[in-house]
Amino acid sequence: MGALQSSPGRPEYSDLAEKTGFSFEQIGVLHKRFKQLSHNEETLRRDHFNEIDDLAFNPIRAQIIEAFFDRRNFHQNGEGKVQEIGFEEFVVVMSHFRPPSAHMTEEQRGKTRREKLRFLFNMHDTDNDGIITLEEYRHVVEELLSRSGTLEKETAKCIADAAMLEVASISVGHMLLERFEIESRMIIRFLNMDTTTLCK
Amino acid sequence: MKHIRVTIVILVTCLFIILIVLSGTVCRHLRERRHQHLNRDSNHQANSTAHKKTFPVLSFNYEHVRTPFEISLWILLALFMKLGFHIIPTVSHIVPESCLLIFVGLLVGGIIKATGEQPPILDSNLFFLYLLPPIILDAGYFLPMRPFTENIGTILMFAMVGTLWNVFFIGGMMYAVCQIDAAKLAHVDLLSCLLFGSIISAVDPVSVLAVFEEIHINELLHILVFGESLLNDAVTVVLYHLFKEFAHEQAITVTGAVLGVISFFVVSLGGVMVGVIYGIVGAFTSRFTSYSRVIEPLFVFLYSYMAYLSAEIFHLSGIMSLIACGVIMRPYVEANISHKSYTTVKYFLKMWSSVSDTLIFIFLGVSTVAGPHTWNWIFVIFTVIFCLVSRVLGVIGLTAFMNKFRIVKLTKKDQFIIAYGGLRGAIAFSLGFLLNNNEIKNLFLTAIITVIFFTVFVQGMTIRPLVELLAVKKKKESKESINEEIHTQFLDHLLTGIEDICGHYGHHHWKDKLNRFNKTYVKRWLIAGERSTEPQLISFYNKMELKQAMMMVESGSAAKLPTIVSTVSIRNVQAKGSPKPSRAISKSREEEIRRVLRANLQNTRQRLRSYSRYELLNDALEDDISEARFRKQKEMERRMSHYLTVPANRQETPPVRKVFFQQEHKVYTYDDSESPRGRASPSCADDVSELKETPEKPDQSSTPRANRDAELKPKEQDDQGDQLKVSRCLSDPGPNPEDDEDSTFLP
Repeated sequence: MGALQSSPGRPEYSDLAEKTGFSFEQIGVLHKRFKQLSHNEETLRRDHFNEIDDLAFNPIRAQIIEAFFDRRNFHQNGEGKVQEIGFEEFVVVMSHFRPPSAHMTEEQRGKTRREKLRFLFNMHDTDNDGIITLEEYRHVVEELLSRSGTLEKETAKCIADAAMLEVASISVGHMLLERFEIESRMIIRFLNMDTTTLCK
Repeated sequence: MKHIRVTIVILVTCLFIILIVLSGTVCRHLRERRHQHLNRDSNHQANSTAHKKTFPVLSFNYEHVRTPFEISLWILLALFMKLGFHIIPTVSHIVPESCLLIFVGLLVGGIIKATGEQPPILDSNLFFLYLLPPIILDAGYFLPMRPFTENIGTILMFAMVGTLWNVFFIGGMMYAVCQIDAAKLAHVDLLSCLLFGSIISAVDPVSVLAVFEEIHINELLHILVFGESLLNDAVTVVLYHLFKEFAHEQAITVTGAVLGVISFFVVSLGGVMVGVIYGIVGAFTSRFTSYSRVIEPLFVFLYSYMAYLSAEIFHLSGIMSLIACGVIMRPYVEANISHKSYTTVKYFLKMWSSVSDTLIFIFLGVSTVAGPHTWNWIFVIFTVIFCLVSRVLGVIGLTAFMNKFRIVKLTKKDQFIIAYGGLRGAIAFSLGFLLNNNEIKNLFLTAIITVIFFTVFVQGMTIRPLVELLAVKKKKESKESINEEIHTQFLDHLLTGIEDICGHYGHHHWKDKLNRFNKTYVKRWLIAGERSTEPQLISFYNKMELKQAMMMVESGSAAKLPTIVSTVSIRNVQAKGSPKPSRAISKSREEEIRRVLRANLQNTRQRLRSYSRYELLNDALEDDISEARFRKQKEMERRMSHYLTVPANRQETPPVRKVFFQQEHKVYTYDDSESPRGRASPSCADDVSELKETPEKPDQSSTPRANRDAELKPKEQDDQGDQLKVSRCLSDPGPNPEDDEDSTFLP
């Protein structure tokens, strides 16, 4: 265990590291996790994700899983969905959640913010038409409330409607999320150490 | 005009000062006279038989009411001062309120001293038991939980390690200073210096609140400094008692030090636990208070106060107990109590904390004049210098350490503000006052007062221009938005999901687990009725709706009914850039409508006329509020059904829709009317069909509110259904105005 195992095939890691900004150790950890999820196969499929127990409680589970199989998140200007993904796509999707590096220019910061916003947008826009319709937004709210048990469709509709009207009244759609400072909130801490053996 | 205001304020304040002074002198004279009277009486009785006195029609008995009278006078003085500063805006822009209040205190103290009386000193008992708790409760109850929990690591670091560093640095350096021969301070030993350090090093929540409230810096910095000032109480309490004990025994033992560390954990965790227990009991009690809503706020206050006092019994940290109680109690209590009780709690807390805060600063000023002082140049100056130095060093060092673990790093500007915001205040003074009476005490007190003055005056006054100069981010004026709430929840779930996929249990995972635990177990016990299963999004939405409805009603204020009608005429007058021709309703029609509506609503109101002292009136305001909410909901539903797709997050909107959006923009602000426009597409047939739907709608939408409003709901709904129909037709002429209005206007 240890040093030898953590860096097989380093050249491909350096390629990924450059593309996504992860460090070698982080990519190594992610690779381990990938292998664990896919049972040592080359690609991940949707049912692999469904096996993760902790995700069962998540109300937007389906949308999260879909996001991994959405070509729009692979940074290759693709469209549509795939059925299975390789490690590279896995890491690229994960890179959306990377914390910003310490020294970032305003431009880079803006770029990461746009990328993250784009990711979120793609999650809402399920029919791939580039527009979030009221139905899609209602679907989001219903999903969020779905775990509560008492799903009152009426109230969900009201909430979604109110939200949409708010956006309409401000009339500069994505400015609403700008205030959010997405680049500092949509972040996961990626560890350099391997803790996957400790959980799951 | 302004001159008149200023003179009035000054006159009134002088009046009060005189009154206070007089009350002191008067009572003294009265005491003397009464003594004389008694003596004379006894003499008389000794000599002769009962001397017949005439029945006194008007007599003067001041002693009887002396204490409450003087307390009231002081509080009134404090309030007038507060009022005065807000009436005179020029001064309050430059000088923070706390400075002005201390200044007033100095004046009052000076006047009292000049008349030969002994000015009252800020009694530590009074301070810790009566003046401090309201401020802390107010802070703790309304503590913004999200930024607090996100930064809890940094806050704890600053509070604990930072304060420890301050104590030892200041204590050590002051001891070194005392060794200088020129200071003539050789009698001050190390333990006393450490004790002094422990008193002076804690950042004071009262001062921080007072100053930071006025400068509106961003949430992160505010919560960092403020959270630190609250949580360092545990450290202060432990060190203070520890050094006091040691100073008494004149020795530090190893066991003593170890016990000190253990005691620290006991004090802080114990305090939190006491608070949590009281919080849970309070939340549980509020579950049953629906039977007597009037006393609900009292439960909140009393449980919190008891938590504070109970913690103080065991020398645990009362402040942490109070905060824990408020934080734990709040979500459950707010779900249980009525809206009126919630408002009461909020305003009482604000009121008490405001009065306390004002009184504290005034008394600080008065005590400065009163107390015996031992002024030692070297000691005082070095204290001030070392306080500043240690604060700066501490902040820099801790930030460098914490930035390794923080996602959002603290910049140099942030560090400066945090260091500069370390204000000392009345807690330091009161702790100093509790010291045993000896010559060192006066020396310490003088130094403490000087540091307090320095921080409050110099730092308090200059922090605002510095904030401007450094262009520190200000507080975002964010209106509560349902979108933000949706996105926040969405983001939370998303990040939790990604963490699970990644396979490591991070911050989000545990938070999610806690929320689930809360939802399945805790809420069921502590929240009454069906609200216990209400998801957060829905309760947030309901709260927002209520708020907006209230704003709408209030902006209509005096004549609530004609608002509906007048909005129509206003809108028609204001219709700029609208593609349709505008249309005004004739005056006579307006009058007719007004009469009809007023008659209808009056009928509803008369039915509500029942009065009982212990019940709360379901008064006209609530009627209007519920009515406004229904109205709004109907509007929204109608508007939504008319356009199903909204190009959000996109720059290019088709030109037709652009015009549309501008109208919506005018419509949706709550200060103007709430009258939607017609659209280009739909026909008025839709309107008519929608009208038929109204009777069913009110029932469904009112269920979330069912257990909150009073008995008369069903009746109201029918009336309101009718009124809604009428009001809606009025406010929306539709694309073919002529036909619409004539056909659908029905009383």
